[in-house]
Amino acid sequence: MTISIDSQDSNPKSLQPKGWLRYFSFSLDHKVIGIQYLVCGFLFYLIGGTLASAIRIELASPMSDFMPRDVYNQVLTLHGTIMIFLWIVPVVNGAFGNYLIPFYVGARDMAFPRLNAVAFWLIPPSGLMLVASYFIEGAAQAGWTAYPPLSITTPQSGQIIWIMSVLLLGGSSIFGGINFIATIIKLRRPGLKLMQLPMYCWAMLGTSLLVVLSTPVLAGTLILLSFDIVANTGFFNPVLGGNVVVYQHLFWFYSHPAVYIMVLPAFGLVSEILPVHSRKPLFGYTTMVFSIMGIVVLGLVVWAHHMFTSGTPPWMRLFFTIATAFIAVPTGIKFFNWVATLWGGKISINSAMLFSCGFIINFVFGGITGVALAQVPFDIHVHDTYFVVAHFHYIVYGGTVFIIFSSIYHWFPKVTGKLMNEKLGIVHFAITFIGFNLCFAPQHWLGLNGMPRRVAEYDPQFQFVNQISSLGALLMAISTVPFLVNIFLSIKNGKDSGDNPWNALTPEWLTSSPPPVENWEGEAPLVEEPYGYGNPIYQENQQKKR
Amino acid sequence: MTTLDSSKEINKIESDVSAHHEDFRMFGLITFLIADGMTFAGFFAAYLTYKAVNPLPDGAIYELELPIPTLNTILLLVSSATFHKSGKALLKNKNSDTQKWLIVTALLGITFLICQLFEYFNLPFGLTDNLFASTFYALTGFHGLHVTLGTLMILIISWQTRPKEGRITNQNMFPLEAVELYWHFVDGIWVILFIILYLL
Repeated sequence: MTISIDSQDSNPKSLQPKGWLRYFSFSLDHKVIGIQYLVCGFLFYLIGGTLASAIRIELASPMSDFMPRDVYNQVLTLHGTIMIFLWIVPVVNGAFGNYLIPFYVGARDMAFPRLNAVAFWLIPPSGLMLVASYFIEGAAQAGWTAYPPLSITTPQSGQIIWIMSVLLLGGSSIFGGINFIATIIKLRRPGLKLMQLPMYCWAMLGTSLLVVLSTPVLAGTLILLSFDIVANTGFFNPVLGGNVVVYQHLFWFYSHPAVYIMVLPAFGLVSEILPVHSRKPLFGYTTMVFSIMGIVVLGLVVWAHHMFTSGTPPWMRLFFTIATAFIAVPTGIKFFNWVATLWGGKISINSAMLFSCGFIINFVFGGITGVALAQVPFDIHVHDTYFVVAHFHYIVYGGTVFIIFSSIYHWFPKVTGKLMNEKLGIVHFAITFIGFNLCFAPQHWLGLNGMPRRVAEYDPQFQFVNQISSLGALLMAISTVPFLVNIFLSIKNGKDSGDNPWNALTPEWLTSSPPPVENWEGEAPLVEEPYGYGNPIYQENQQKKR
Repeated sequence: MTTLDSSKEINKIESDVSAHHEDFRMFGLITFLIADGMTFAGFFAAYLTYKAVNPLPDGAIYELELPIPTLNTILLLVSSATFHKSGKALLKNKNSDTQKWLIVTALLGITFLICQLFEYFNLPFGLTDNLFASTFYALTGFHGLHVTLGTLMILIISWQTRPKEGRITNQNMFPLEAVELYWHFVDGIWVILFIILYLL
């Protein structure tokens, strides 16, 4: 399928709707598309969060009294799918990537603006389709992994809608990935070298490589799965001579890299935020670049560590354990670099910084349990228990979602020209951080003591700890309130921020806030040292260039 | 904003884009083809794993004949050559030759599809008969879908290269080059598929 996209745009952005209306149009402006991704993703986050609250209410008591068991399975499946495919992946890639990457490479837009708009507009219909499946004959019940034979034997219409929806979202993700790779490699401003790019560009380059290499495999797998459901073939159906483990291999070949698709952009974003608010250059730029690329390469060859209990042969266990443990090395380098960036810096404690530091704490914890889970004997003990649930929530919520909030606080003045309310921001951070840790830290204990995941009922001895966890979930739900109030208040009557409230040196701050349609009046500035903090001569030059 | 202003703006944006950047559309297409190739790689990996791990059940039939797929391989390889010829002709500004070679290519593609369907109807097994039968149809069918799309695109660009008023000319070769690359890609996938499915 090739779509010929004219780089010469016959519908220039100046002729498109202005004001808030443009957010509902097929806009080709990368900044509008970025905000579309962000707001759309946040709405799905609210839906997914409501589902998560329902799960925690159910689990506050050992019996399934809040909802029937099959409804619990649907809620669980929808929660996982929405949070991954409609909130984290589109926001951390699509939203911030679209908004920032053209600035960072010194371009006026993405390489393929029309493909970009198509990629975004695939998301709302497929998301709505997924949510609507609940009201037809019930949503999919097999979890976000959709393992056969479970996904073949549960009610089928919901599962098929789930597959179609994920296929469309995967397509959107691939189109986005192609666009990012082309923009970063081909659309750089003349004179700007690869090793001068802000770290988020490298993170997005790595992420997009993973998207392009692994998402198609998921698409192929889901097509085969839909054949099993609709046409009665037996690819993954043992009754008909098929092989369920092949599905698991193909699925995790995408879904392990998907973890890096969700966290690598967050690594990039935090590398932008920390230097600005601690007024120091990013420590170890080159090692950061190589560790991102190391994570990309290693991330493609560790997938079977999700399958240690699927009859994996010993040589495979050995290989995937060692490969997984190796990922801790580049990741550790990055954490060392962030801490070293903060060390001795002139740190401002604001909402963006608090969320970034929260990210570092949570992610280190999630990373350590991740290395533990890669060890076969330990993994066999805690496989499919709440320990795994706690681990990956520390990665995707404690890691990525903290960075999404941090980035919103950091780039809100860029997008709107207004400052956010710092007091409400700190309240938001405090409730989120306490609620998050209260919710997920006890789940490690639950898992170690053998409480299985994905089941609506549990042994009554776990009730007290589950109630603590549910209390944490309640706090997390409440934490959304100060955030939303803050957003609306700041848009309406926030203080004027000026063009560059943080005195940042990365290129997106070297234009007006909010930026003009084509990003710069005149030539894009050449930013050779995006992290040149603490170097007075350099900063002076930078100011002159504006 | 008056119409005059906006048309000026269009010109300015167009000259900006072409002055600053080389054509990166081909780069995007190559990235897409890598992604597409990974889908096939997933299918091949599944097929090879089945072959290594899952025995064919007793009484199940899975036998393939070589003559038709061999003919199909030759058809696609020749069509790659004829497509190349059409590109060469366009470089020399001979639009009618380009169009002729494109139509030959499309006809070869259609013949391929007919042969493929002929093979489907004469095979002793159906889609749901056994695991290998299913995998065979899924793989060849997915490839056939690519050939179908490619043939349609060749027919479209052969209309667009018509000597008078055609959109594709010596100056604007990208659509032709893009479809050509896609076509070579589909041929390459077929060769791999032929080796893995029929010869191994």
